[in-house]
Amino acid sequence: MVGPEQPLLPGEEVPGPEFERKAEEIIGQYPASRRSASLPLLHLWQEEFGFLSERAVEWISTKLGLKPIHILELVTFYPMLHVRPSGRINFKVCRTLSCALAGSHELFAQIRARCGATVSAGHGICVSPDGSYSVEFVECLAACGSAPAMMVDEEEFERATIDTVERILAESGEKEASQGA
Amino acid sequence: MAQDGTVQNPTREHRIILRYADLPGYTPDIDCYLQHGGYEQLRKALSMEPAAIVAEVKASGLRGRGGAGFPTGTKWGFIDHAKNRKPVYLLCNADESEPGTFKDRQIIYKDPHQLIEGMIISSFANHAHLAYIYIRGEMARGAKILERALAEARAKNFLGTNILGSGYDLDIFVFRGAGAYICGEETGLIESLEGKRAYPRIKPPYFPAALGLYLCPTIVNNVETLCNVKHIVEMGGAAYARIGSTNNTGTRIWCVSGDVCRPGYFEYDGGAITMGELLYDVCGGIRNGNRLKALIPGGSSAKVLRAGEIYHIRRKNAAGAMEEIEMRLEDLPLDFDTIAASGSMSGSGGIIVMDHTRDMVECLDNLSAFYAHESCGQCTPCREGALWMRKVLDRMTGGKGRPEDPQLLLDLAGQIGGRTICAFGEACSWPVESFVAKFREEFESKAVAEEEKDRLQVTH
Ligand SMILES: Cc1cc2nc3c(=O)[nH]c(=O)nc-3n(C[C@H](O)[C@H](O)[C@H](O)COP(=O)(O)O)c2cc1C
Ligand code: SF4
Ligand code: FES
Repeated sequence: MVGPEQPLLPGEEVPGPEFERKAEEIIGQYPASRRSASLPLLHLWQEEFGFLSERAVEWISTKLGLKPIHILELVTFYPMLHVRPSGRINFKVCRTLSCALAGSHELFAQIRARCGATVSAGHGICVSPDGSYSVEFVECLAACGSAPAMMVDEEEFERATIDTVERILAESGEKEASQGA
Repeated sequence: MAQDGTVQNPTREHRIILRYADLPGYTPDIDCYLQHGGYEQLRKALSMEPAAIVAEVKASGLRGRGGAGFPTGTKWGFIDHAKNRKPVYLLCNADESEPGTFKDRQIIYKDPHQLIEGMIISSFANHAHLAYIYIRGEMARGAKILERALAEARAKNFLGTNILGSGYDLDIFVFRGAGAYICGEETGLIESLEGKRAYPRIKPPYFPAALGLYLCPTIVNNVETLCNVKHIVEMGGAAYARIGSTNNTGTRIWCVSGDVCRPGYFEYDGGAITMGELLYDVCGGIRNGNRLKALIPGGSSAKVLRAGEIYHIRRKNAAGAMEEIEMRLEDLPLDFDTIAASGSMSGSGGIIVMDHTRDMVECLDNLSAFYAHESCGQCTPCREGALWMRKVLDRMTGGKGRPEDPQLLLDLAGQIGGRTICAFGEACSWPVESFVAKFREEFESKAVAEEEKDRLQVTH
């Protein structure tokens, strides 16, 4: 599971008071051991800042009174933890058997070509050179009955096709246009 | 009409756990749950002795729905509350990562309070005052649904201190995994929850009930298992035990995916439907007008079954004597024991169907890539073996098969199981052993094709 290592980026993120508050709330859920809050805080950081940096490892380990290696060894173990930003829109396509039988590998290739996602960002993620899009294969998403299964950020899509992808891209384009205006 | 009279039911399902999940207008909100009799069983349970609840669960014959089918009452009985001085923890295994399985998702997303009620009752029965739901990281939405439901339950004092005036305190929190299959193995899950890599622990102790979270007695149960507890409290263990067949009591949710016309999840009494009925009557048969070639009956780790196989099933007849009967794949009643007697396992209930156009080497290659990726890496036979098997299979599907490959795969697989810390060793070798044994000609043909290619090249 442990992939080829990519060094952490130094990172300049500064957690704000709201982040601190959420972190304390999470730590409170583990009265027997602060260390249990490691993975939850890594999730929190990644949701806030997009990826995990040296700064993240330092901040979380200090917060929990651990050595940095205790946090770093989680970053290198768990596939959902990333040390590089993924694309602004990240497609996760299920690779495993039931979805493969329903064409998920063809879908993956189509998305990659459509978005020009060619640059590796570790843990199997491919990002487009401008950082807009990324696509990765993930293992069985527990949605095999409506294969192929796909996720974009936290949203789940069933029976995904390239049309689903086009719709998502069009919607995000519209959102951007309206935000830009 | 369904047997329980709730939903239109052309498939003769008996929905207990999924009774409301797909009912039009049914929502995950607590008000909706309360309107459908929610938390009534919690009130009843809190008026009982914890030991009496454990006794009902024992009497129900409930077996774990996470994969191994271990009797839940027996597991709960391992903790000696007279002697124990440590806190007890209850953990819900909501990692649902076994390829082919998508049943726990239905409960979490559509009826989260059923799980929470089951967990509160189970925690009370096991003297636990703190419980966690370990949910796979990808189910971020599911985690939010659960967190919201827990907050609702807290606001109504189904959780917190002095629950409903009973003097019993409990809180439940959600813990999110981060994409590693091995977190579903219960000791890997515990390590992960302790903030470490999800390295499964060396056995013995065989059960976290002895040494679990923070080295305290811990009960780990699957989502579906914990939901069943609520219904056992409602109907009583003896009545529950009359659902299904002996040793396969209650209902089970079967997930069908792959090459069928209508994939989906279906709930039936133990042994109440055969494999053939499920595939052909319920799921509409094999898609694209194709024929059945093979299926995996209990999640990707279960041994593959080949169409046309005849099984000699030994079982007790009505008079209690052992008998041996012949069954085709289509005749197998879906339960724990018959599927086990056919040489495989019903595991997590995930049935993956492959039609006659499928290349078995490619199907196995797909699964072996899963295991090579998901091995946690602690044990050499598993880490190296899973990767090696994948490399051989990749080579075979890439047109470079060799005559010795089928035997090489069997040799590799044969040296993993039984030599590892956790059952992942078996999980990654059973598919290889069964695919190669049952479809040997296909694996051999990969090499033949290569030899022919050589010959063609020579003649050019
Ligand atoms: C490799 C591996 C993966 C597993 N994955 C899961 C899983 O995703 N969900 C689950 O409930 N049990 C899983 N299990 C089984 C658990 O270890 C454990 O037996 C189960 O959660 C106990 O609950 P039960 O008695 O209610 O079935 C897995 C076991 C192994 C060996
Ligand atoms: S058998 Fe495999 S997954 Fe299980 S502990 Fe050993 S290396 Fe890890
Ligand atoms: S195989 Fe894709 S969701 Fe299960």
